[in-house]
Amino acid sequence: MSDDPAVLEWTVRTALILVSGLCLLCGYRVVQGPTTPDRVVALDAIATNVVAIAVLFALQTGRGLFITVSLVLAIIGFIATVAVAKFVTEGEIIE
Amino acid sequence: MIRSALIIALIVVGVFFLTVGTIGLLRLPNVYNRMHATSKPTTLGTAAIFLAGFVSFGPGNEGLTSLIGIAFLFLTVPTGAHMIARSAHRSGVPFEDSVVWPDESTSEDDGEQRGELEQSETADDSSSDA
Repeated sequence: MSDDPAVLEWTVRTALILVSGLCLLCGYRVVQGPTTPDRVVALDAIATNVVAIAVLFALQTGRGLFITVSLVLAIIGFIATVAVAKFVTEGEIIE
Repeated sequence: MIRSALIIALIVVGVFFLTVGTIGLLRLPNVYNRMHATSKPTTLGTAAIFLAGFVSFGPGNEGLTSLIGIAFLFLTVPTGAHMIARSAHRSGVPFEDSVVWPDESTSEDDGEQRGELEQSETADDSSSDA
């Protein structure tokens, strides 16, 4: 029971490394994707992964401020996705 | 003890779902299938990791923020996927062979709008050339 925080810390660190690797794998689809919506979908997945990374970083350091950071990242990712989707369709975002 | 075990279990579930979403993004053949693969498992995985944050920080300020983050993700990720799917369909990305648009009138409307868009684009091109 004494090494329980060690197990938790190891789990959080391993999860951080794994999710960072998943971001790199999504970057393959960003570079290679045949069409523009492929790239937008891959960037959306990367944004959601970065939200998860921010929460894991908050768990690792014990600072709750990074949960707020993850919320702001989620908002920015959603706005970016909507803006790019409108740009692909109509060619302009704000008339 | 129980709290640490719960946090570890939620983190493992979240990383599993994020991995499933990324494998689907890499392996599936079409834009729509990839979107189907990324939007749902990625939302579930990030929600599980947010729940781990809620369990870790307790129902104070930060835990409440993580619950707000879960609600925000469940609202915005399907909306963004819907907008990307609609823009992909309107910009002419083809479906798989056996897949059709469910409502033909909607598809025809989209075709008309696409034609109007192309016309307006050519008009813009001509005006910019002039």
